[in-house]
Amino acid sequence: MGKKTIAFLLTGGCAGCEMALVDLADRLVDALEHLEVVWWAPTVADLKYKDLEDMPDKSIDLAFIDGMVRLSEQEHMVKVLRQKAKILVAFGACAALGGIPGMGNLHTKDEIFKTVYFDTFSTDNPDGVVPQTKYLVDGKYELTLPEFYDTVRAIHQVVDVDYFVGGCPPHHEFVAKAVEAIIAGNLPPKGSWITSGKSVCDVCPRNPANKGETRTPIKEVKRTIEGAPEEDKCLLQQGYLCLGPITQGDCGASCPKVGIPCRGCGGPIPGIKDFGARAISAITSLLKDEKTVEQLMEKYPTIAKLFYRYSLPSALINRRISR
Amino acid sequence: MSFSPNIVGFACHWCTYTGADLAGSLRCKYPPTIKLIRVPCSGRVEPEFVLEALARGADGVFVGGCHFGDCHYKEGNYKTSRRMMLVKKLLEELGFEPERFRLEWISGAEGKKFAEVMEEYTEQLKKIGPNPLKGGE
Repeated sequence: MGKKTIAFLLTGGCAGCEMALVDLADRLVDALEHLEVVWWAPTVADLKYKDLEDMPDKSIDLAFIDGMVRLSEQEHMVKVLRQKAKILVAFGACAALGGIPGMGNLHTKDEIFKTVYFDTFSTDNPDGVVPQTKYLVDGKYELTLPEFYDTVRAIHQVVDVDYFVGGCPPHHEFVAKAVEAIIAGNLPPKGSWITSGKSVCDVCPRNPANKGETRTPIKEVKRTIEGAPEEDKCLLQQGYLCLGPITQGDCGASCPKVGIPCRGCGGPIPGIKDFGARAISAITSLLKDEKTVEQLMEKYPTIAKLFYRYSLPSALINRRISR
Repeated sequence: MSFSPNIVGFACHWCTYTGADLAGSLRCKYPPTIKLIRVPCSGRVEPEFVLEALARGADGVFVGGCHFGDCHYKEGNYKTSRRMMLVKKLLEELGFEPERFRLEWISGAEGKKFAEVMEEYTEQLKKIGPNPLKGGE
């Protein structure tokens, strides 16, 4: 059996997903017996976009994208890679859901530019310069910058995606399983998430159901800045808003295990259309009464940024309506 | 032609839907703007349903359930009430007018109230105009 060719493209992400892959350490070295990396940019190999554009169509067996699409440059490269790859995987929360940068969809491009280039304390911009897509130097050299779009998109909103992998970043144990499954050709139907299908609660040692205890309604909403949660007791039962019930638990509940409530980076468990809406549904059913809901709204000034922390671009209504 | 809003309504089988039936038996008049979907309990209405209706261009979304204490399933409407508080807040954060969503408790005996609410809600929506997601059609 010949080696499978693979490619990696970093778009709007932070490269943390690629770190998760490197975290496989010796297992990655073993996997490389079956894989040949033909393109890994801009992070690892010194290749230019043109090198990818010059490859024949469908010449790459397996391509991973980490990061979302905010710039015209990212959109272009995602489209090119789709053409060159047989299988395309949206790898990590940004690519699959929109990720943390997706919260920018609650603001307009103008608001973001105003904050970044004018309002921040450390900004010194007396001439009011903002990035332009074209600039002429000495009247003859034209320099270009990619266009900054108003809305952040996940990869499947730009091109067809074959598989989704959640996580910010995906847990390396899970990455190992996913890579092994891909090498063995043991894959679910096109368009699915590669996941165990279990929720974070399912694998969480704090879950009262796993210990034979019953849940009680939440009487008081707490934020993590208000103190450390008790050991071994369900975070939700203590009032910390953990999104474990509706999030894929391929991480092995690594955050709740150390006292940090789940924020949903793993992506929605199967059957959920809109992560944030379902999170509202799950959390409010557990709250004791309307007073607790009011307390939640007081403590979290923007609930969209809590419930759609990683998933706003892939929500049913995926940005604030601008008039 | 004047704007006639398109309202998607979710009505609980035991109270609001029965109330809507009664409105018909009583021959109460109300505008044909509401499209009712019967659900077993207002607690069945997922926030996803509300968002999807708006995402697909409904001008308003109405949810009707039993009065507190009247729920056939004892506490379904309490859950609805808590849930929809956050849905309302979320819709405002996403830039919708608060009138796009309306929650009412209408019992099976309140046929007249159902007709009045529909009349009033339709007027409200006429004032604020079409759903902005429709692009001003």
